[in-house]
Amino acid sequence: MRKTECLAMILAGGQGSRLGTLTKKIAKPAVPFGGKYRIIDFPLSNCHNSGIDTVGILTQYQPLALHSYIGAGGAWDLDRKDGGVYILPPYAREKGAEWYKGTADAIYQNINFIEMINPSYVLVLSGDHIYTMDYSQMIEYHKTKKAEATISVIEVPLEEAPRFGIMNTAENGRITAFQEKPAQPVSNLASMGIYIFNWKFLKRSLEEDAKDPASSHDFGKNVIPKMLAGGHKLFAYPFQGYWKDVGTVESFWEANMDLLADEPELNLHDPVWRVYSVNPTRPPHYIAEGANVQCSLISEGAVIYGQVERSVIFPGVQVGAGTVIKDSVIMPYAQIGENVQIHRAIVGRRCVIEADVKVGDNQEDIIVVPEGDVVERGAQVSADGIITQKQVG
Amino acid sequence: MKRVMGIINLHENESLIQEITVHRPLAAVPFAGRYRLIDFILSSMVNSGMQNIGILVKNKSRSLMDHLRSGKEWDLARKRDGLFILPPAHTITGAGNGYGDIGNFHHHLDYIESSPQKHVLISSSHTICNMNYRKVFQFHENTGADITMVYNEQPADRDELSLCTWMETTEDGRVIDLALHPGKHKGSKVSMDMYLMKKELLVDIISGCYARGGVDFLKDGIIKNLERLNIFGYAHRGFVARINSVSSYYQHNLELLKPDKWQELFVKSGLVYTKVKDEAPAKYKENARVSNAMVANGCIVEGTVENSVLFRGVKVHKGACIKNSIIMQKCEIAANAVLENVICDKDVLITTGKWLKGDQTYPLVIEKGTVI
Repeated sequence: MRKTECLAMILAGGQGSRLGTLTKKIAKPAVPFGGKYRIIDFPLSNCHNSGIDTVGILTQYQPLALHSYIGAGGAWDLDRKDGGVYILPPYAREKGAEWYKGTADAIYQNINFIEMINPSYVLVLSGDHIYTMDYSQMIEYHKTKKAEATISVIEVPLEEAPRFGIMNTAENGRITAFQEKPAQPVSNLASMGIYIFNWKFLKRSLEEDAKDPASSHDFGKNVIPKMLAGGHKLFAYPFQGYWKDVGTVESFWEANMDLLADEPELNLHDPVWRVYSVNPTRPPHYIAEGANVQCSLISEGAVIYGQVERSVIFPGVQVGAGTVIKDSVIMPYAQIGENVQIHRAIVGRRCVIEADVKVGDNQEDIIVVPEGDVVERGAQVSADGIITQKQVG
Repeated sequence: MKRVMGIINLHENESLIQEITVHRPLAAVPFAGRYRLIDFILSSMVNSGMQNIGILVKNKSRSLMDHLRSGKEWDLARKRDGLFILPPAHTITGAGNGYGDIGNFHHHLDYIESSPQKHVLISSSHTICNMNYRKVFQFHENTGADITMVYNEQPADRDELSLCTWMETTEDGRVIDLALHPGKHKGSKVSMDMYLMKKELLVDIISGCYARGGVDFLKDGIIKNLERLNIFGYAHRGFVARINSVSSYYQHNLELLKPDKWQELFVKSGLVYTKVKDEAPAKYKENARVSNAMVANGCIVEGTVENSVLFRGVKVHKGACIKNSIIMQKCEIAANAVLENVICDKDVLITTGKWLKGDQTYPLVIEKGTVI
């Protein structure tokens, strides 16, 4: 078997509880995004496009949809003779079973797997960020700097810095300080949750961390600070480009809307950096006479009779005549009847919105209609997601 | 249906559709926004439970090979059986082109005989439909026919039927006459070029024809044996499009803009599989005006599109206007260009402000890769 230089480990077990009903039945990395993708398509496609062909995917919360979506990895060209995709859920051992207790613990519990692959470097990724990135350049940087660990960083507005892990660096890029979600940030370089470690170094660090009863076994909170305290060579790799943590309903909605800009920062139409996904096997979409579609993304199998503005329409969605959809995300196979109004909403997979329904009305918050819901004829869905049925009489 | 193997015979008449078959066989002609003609018959066969399919290739096969690869998209990349490409005999024996499909069948008798299936379904690629062959097989078993031929009923006025085979049957369905594009024809039954029979009968017909100098499967193999064999006609009801001329290609693409036809071909029956290109969803910008159009993924539309089909990755710039047209993969229509009744083959670039117009009955065909 040929030697694997870099193994990618994607952390895909998180619940993403701040996404509310969007992640009630599926893990956050499996949430549909951008008109045909699921969030995990981005790190997986990045791996393929960066020449990384061995990927471990750590799953835990609601893994069914995620497991069946990933399958043997063929959609990302990761069904390989050597390497390819490995799904790594928590498992039982001789002395009982344990959940993944944190990001670092998830990797720690799979030391045997990593030893089997025996890579020089381990690339740790999250399964819930939207970005395109060439990891091979980051690996080059890691090698050039002779680093033991490299953390990818992005400049964020200073006022948002308290939401992130913030890094202070010396001129050569070496990390001098790391604060997880600091109240008083010293810089605006935020960690993107993308790490490259020398495997032997990471293994030692994880084994130490596992022995520490005070640790919550998290890379940002425990492992990275401990590495810095130990005087190890950690470098920051500056990333330029679009990157978004879609942790909340608002940021998820925003990231979808970002794609609708005239020249979006994240270009899904880039022929040299394809984002791959599992194909839904649907015919081209159909825009009927009398329909009006502007500033929107529309996917295969959709049938549009109404008006769609600044919205993202997934495969197999039907939009009836007289309906107006604005600033919204309509997930796969949702059926929207006639004369419906939808504004600033996320309509879940296979929802049925019957005729004359009104979802939202110039409200501030984003309304989420949960997967599979049926909203009956004439009802109103208000900002807090509460459905008011039409009064009879 | 595991007892039935499929053979898709690409010896098809391309004489009226040469403009778009210069670089590719008819089977690889792009259709309906993201497909190639062969996708429909392959998908029907696979959806009917068949899993051993051979393709009798004629020539110009590169684009077809590129499309089919291992057959994975049709779930035909299998350990046993699966997809078999059967190249023409003359590329191997140097026997020249006068061979016809009988020569090609004969050359591949080994494959046909050694396949584990007992029956064989032979079809062309240019008849677009979404068919459940389980029903045909049931009919075939019930009638005890030697050969079952699939047909549909058509009004005789469409000119695309000039290249077709007309069929006459008795009341109980037995085929009593077959005529290849006759000047005058009786009835309204038109063959869909699909034949179901026992494999050993096919082997008999092929060997018999080959030994007596026959070259054409339909003329020498079927029509000449019409009286000797018990041939039944199975009537298919539903969407059928025969793509054998530029005008039928044009009309049938646009016909799919009728929602009931679109539904019937793509949604009501089995799914239609094709090679995946991983294009992003189509993007409509601020000035897009789109009405009655079928648009594939990867398109970026800033202009006006009416009554048209856009294949994957087409760019329509600001102020451009496309009407009653078929625009194939990766074409780019620059600002303020106007196209009406046009078929643009792949990779065509229409530069700023150009004005091109064909007629509804005679669309203008722009050759692959042309810059205007």
